[in-house]
Amino acid sequence: MQAFLQSIGYDAWVLPALLIIPVIGAVALIGIGQAGASESSSKQARIIAFAVFLAEFLVSAGLWWSFDPANAGWHAAIDSDWIPMWGIRFTLGIDGIALMMILLTTFIMPLCVLGSWTSIKTKVHTYFALMMILTSGMLGVFMARDLFLFYVMWEVMLVPMYFIIGIWGGERRLYASIKFFIYTMLPSLLMLVAILYLGIHAGSGGTPNFSYDNLIAHPTLAPKVALWLFGAFFAAFAVKVPMFPFHTWLPDAHVEAPTAGSVVLAAIMLKMGTFGFLRFALPLFPGAAMNPTVRAIIVTLAVIGIIYGALVAMVQPDFKKLVAYSSVSHLGFVMLGIFALTLQSVQGALMIMINHGISTGALFLLIGMIYERKHSRAIDSYGGIARVVPVFAALLTLVSLSSIGLPGTNGFVGEFLVLIGSFKPYPVFSTIAATGVIFAAAYLLWAIQRILFNPLDKKANEHIPDLNWREIGLMVPFIIVIIWLGVYPAPVLRRMEPSAQKFVTSVQHGAQSVTASRAPIVAIAEARR
Amino acid sequence: MMLLQIAANAHPLTGSVAEWVWLLPILPFIGFLINGGISLFSAAHIGPDDPDMGHGNDSPPDTHSVSDAEEHGALGDDHDAVKPHRYAGIVSMVGPLVLAASFILAFMIFSAMRGVSMETPFIRNYFSWMPVGSLQIDAGIQLDQLSMLMVLVITGVGTLIHIFSVGYMKEDPGYPRYFAYLNLFVFFMLVLVLGANYPVLFVGWEGVGLCSYLLIGFWFSEKANADAGKKAFIVNRIGDFGFLIAMFLLFSNIGVLDFAGVKAAAPGLAFGGALVTAICLFMFLGCAGKSAQIPLYIWLPDAMAGPTPVSALIHAATMVTAGVYLVARSSFLFSLAPVASLVVALIGGLTALFAATIGLKQWDIKKVLAYSTVSQLGYMFVGVGVGAYTAGVFHLVTHAFFKALLFLGSGSVIYAMHAAYHHTGSHEDAQDMRNMGGLKKYMPTTWLLMWAATLAIAGIPPFAGFFSKDSILGATFERAGHSTLADASLLGIPGSTWLYLIYVFGVAAALLTAIYMTRMMIYTFHGPNRTGDQEQSHLHEAPWVMTGPLVVLGILSVFGGWLNLPETVPIGPIGSLDRWLDPVVGDATKRVAEAGSEMSKGASNELMLIVIAVAVAIAGMAIAFTRLKPQSLVKASESPEEEGFERVLAHKYYVDEAYDAVVVNPTYQISRNVLWRGIDAGLIDGLLVNGSSALVRGFGWVGSRIQSGAVGTYAWVLVVGVLAVLGAVTLR
Repeated sequence: MQAFLQSIGYDAWVLPALLIIPVIGAVALIGIGQAGASESSSKQARIIAFAVFLAEFLVSAGLWWSFDPANAGWHAAIDSDWIPMWGIRFTLGIDGIALMMILLTTFIMPLCVLGSWTSIKTKVHTYFALMMILTSGMLGVFMARDLFLFYVMWEVMLVPMYFIIGIWGGERRLYASIKFFIYTMLPSLLMLVAILYLGIHAGSGGTPNFSYDNLIAHPTLAPKVALWLFGAFFAAFAVKVPMFPFHTWLPDAHVEAPTAGSVVLAAIMLKMGTFGFLRFALPLFPGAAMNPTVRAIIVTLAVIGIIYGALVAMVQPDFKKLVAYSSVSHLGFVMLGIFALTLQSVQGALMIMINHGISTGALFLLIGMIYERKHSRAIDSYGGIARVVPVFAALLTLVSLSSIGLPGTNGFVGEFLVLIGSFKPYPVFSTIAATGVIFAAAYLLWAIQRILFNPLDKKANEHIPDLNWREIGLMVPFIIVIIWLGVYPAPVLRRMEPSAQKFVTSVQHGAQSVTASRAPIVAIAEARR
Repeated sequence: MMLLQIAANAHPLTGSVAEWVWLLPILPFIGFLINGGISLFSAAHIGPDDPDMGHGNDSPPDTHSVSDAEEHGALGDDHDAVKPHRYAGIVSMVGPLVLAASFILAFMIFSAMRGVSMETPFIRNYFSWMPVGSLQIDAGIQLDQLSMLMVLVITGVGTLIHIFSVGYMKEDPGYPRYFAYLNLFVFFMLVLVLGANYPVLFVGWEGVGLCSYLLIGFWFSEKANADAGKKAFIVNRIGDFGFLIAMFLLFSNIGVLDFAGVKAAAPGLAFGGALVTAICLFMFLGCAGKSAQIPLYIWLPDAMAGPTPVSALIHAATMVTAGVYLVARSSFLFSLAPVASLVVALIGGLTALFAATIGLKQWDIKKVLAYSTVSQLGYMFVGVGVGAYTAGVFHLVTHAFFKALLFLGSGSVIYAMHAAYHHTGSHEDAQDMRNMGGLKKYMPTTWLLMWAATLAIAGIPPFAGFFSKDSILGATFERAGHSTLADASLLGIPGSTWLYLIYVFGVAAALLTAIYMTRMMIYTFHGPNRTGDQEQSHLHEAPWVMTGPLVVLGILSVFGGWLNLPETVPIGPIGSLDRWLDPVVGDATKRVAEAGSEMSKGASNELMLIVIAVAVAIAGMAIAFTRLKPQSLVKASESPEEEGFERVLAHKYYVDEAYDAVVVNPTYQISRNVLWRGIDAGLIDGLLVNGSSALVRGFGWVGSRIQSGAVGTYAWVLVVGVLAVLGAVTLR
């Protein structure tokens, strides 16, 4: 496989190709859509969308083999001029972390198309075209090695999602989409200012320099400035994660978004926040991020998020909202793992990022399927339907178990690694966080009991049709990955380990050198006294 | 990926049949896949292409006939008899056969082990599960004398219960699903006892909890059953939290999680230090969840909502003993932590006594056995707590025999009762002993076998339970006189005092055990029959596929004690189990028993203790026979409520109600009203988010007023602004 990929020069073109394929698809779809929307052209649009995303997945799949885990540097890197006047370059590259995020994205997208097959009935062409633009934006975020390019991609994601929620969403879609847009846009603007400052500062009067590698290699920021810039990045990423208490856009956006929108939001877009911390906020400002006060605040918020998200999830009457709050809890584990800064905790955080994408994505798809049948997300409008829809019941149970971290499924590996890795630096916080496993069982098992089990006491539910072959087929890949990552995650862990290790040591090292460079000043100040 | 890591110095079992040890759990897993596939395949009705279109009145009414029938379990309902499942034939073959094959393989490996002298465990790591830097967790199997013993019990008793289930569940529409879950359970249970490290053990640990959840809620259309399953899972998770913390402590301080590694590093831990004590106490929290000890026992009585063979296999013979196994498996840690060990023994002793008192006043035959199980598990923890690891495991084994027999026997009774009520269309409770009585006449085989099990659990010699219970009580008494535990102190009271107290608890619980078990037998099988005149003619013995396994278990309940006869009762080979388990727990046992201050050890003690134990058991049975009047009982539906303390017992001390009031409801109310409604919707979203957007809108309104288009106003504002800036700059 590796030889084959080498023979076609795979590494040289794969990343730009992954960005361009969806754009071409989007253009084509919009072109076809101009001809007028009929039932047959809608069907055509679905098939094209699926084909494009499948092609995208197949192209990206080669990265799994072409990626050399022994090399902790950039893979498939390219570098070319973009806007030379402002020192902005089109530089792409991936490490082990970005690799898995890209594969997660390209894995989810075709399944999202299948999941939207019958639920999206209006403006089908536009819908899938927006999904494609969105995909390019998301992949661009994972690939960008130039901070300005990163910011462009970051904003490219925002607009299609705004329309997806606002046009195809539920009853309160306008409120949710505007809330989503403003909530995430405002802190992003702060980040833009910080990025501009960084680039101009690095250019030291001449042409600005937004190169990530350059900024990492030559940290020249005063600690106080770094703290402010970190704050700006933190704001943008913390909202995206979302960390408690910046999470309230999420339940509304999740509930109102169409199924595929919810899936993409939960599975991929939330990871933008944690990815941002891993790629930018911590490596660029290690001193600020590892400042004991800052770190203590963030870890505390993460642990509050774990427990708070789970408890609030427990009392939600709307299943989608329940899953939304469970995301707050899961992402709290990720944040704890990142800021605990041990190899195990960071690897665990990365695993949860993948697992949450798989499990929550699958949960939203399943909710979407039952919603299409019953047009209700209210948990108490169901009850006892396992008798009527046994296949749906089996899948929902399995996916829920993976979400609550049952060993043998993917969910366990991530949570276990985060907690075991965070225990040494933060024994008390990790112990509190570990109670999250109890609450997770409580909210999901209680929910599936009220949906699947108990008496079948509503007449209308007696004839809900079970899943069809399309729906079963689109769930199968999820089930396979859930079991695979639970039983044999080693290949994934091995691919991410050098990058995770590099992250841990560089942040530790950076934080130490910042304190070390400040140490003489402190010593002098003390000597003066 | 099956990279076999051959140990550097060859183990005596290398190349033997033991290399096939991985097949032990895989066989039941294959059974799960087949039965699970059949279950899904036969229940599924693939929906229409567009789900929205297929919804509503035009859907064909006949599509759900099979799954509709799912609700009416053979025992869960009184509707018309349902035919056996259309794939019942294959399922009845696959389900028990994979277990039997696993048992045969286990026996072959056992024979191979007996043929060699084996001081170290046989370890095979098949692939790397979680390799992260210094944390290297392999998917590995460890075969030693302890895991072998557990495997034999699980597959042996498991096979019998699978066979019994063929008869018991044959009319249930969820038949393939039942066997799928049961096979999956055995898979996870074998992973639990064969895992070579704590995380792999934990996979089995939570996996069996999952199967328990699925099987308790097997007849999920009853809310009570679904509730019971959920309760079991969540309470177990509280324990699992403790287990997790124990693993974190181990990794943070020792750096390894495999048994061999921890065992090697354990002597480096400070004896009786805070660390090893904390590890053991957190681990025991896990055990208290899984093995239903105070304060986490509350799920097990509710777990009786599952089919009765499930109660026999999971909630009596195997899964609930996992906590005892874990302590014995970790004896190299617990023997270093005398205070933690005292806590284990004390909780065990308290649970044994406490649960036995509740067992006195239960009317549901399965509830009596459930509390009895909780109580007997308490004994096992007394055993492993006082460092008599073999004694605790010995009781685990004999208990598996006689309690499985009792549960399956009660299953036969319920089966007969249910069939009788089914014939007449009565809605009386088939599990309430007040509706039974005199069943000896109708089911003599079951009666005889259940008496054998009752004598065993009551501790009448030479039945199995006598020897195992006696070895626990004997060890407790002995340790009180001389051990590291006796030297330790808990809550300021010397360990020696605690141990004598625990011994008294144990003896008192033995008395109560004899009483409530005899009570159960009298009310069920003796006295007049209260089932109903019409129903009596339909009461009959279960088919042979059900009584056959009972006979085997009966023999084991009678002769199980021969596994480990004490020196004082030389009626066969002495101490076989002691010798068998010595390579695993020998060092730890010696560490507890042979250190500490020397005290006089009465040679006559042992015989004296036996006399006391037997006297207590006989006294208990005598009390039950003389005081209970089955003639005065009336049917459950006509019985008055108990009064006074009897009522407290019948309501299990209101512990469930107390937990609801103190833990469950406040958590729910706070989450709903304070966290969600208050903080989330009110403070963050209402005040801060929407509030600031309202503020912006307000500014916008003000701004729109300001933009009046009057140039004069603009100029005026400009001047004021410039002056303000200049002023600010100059005044600095």
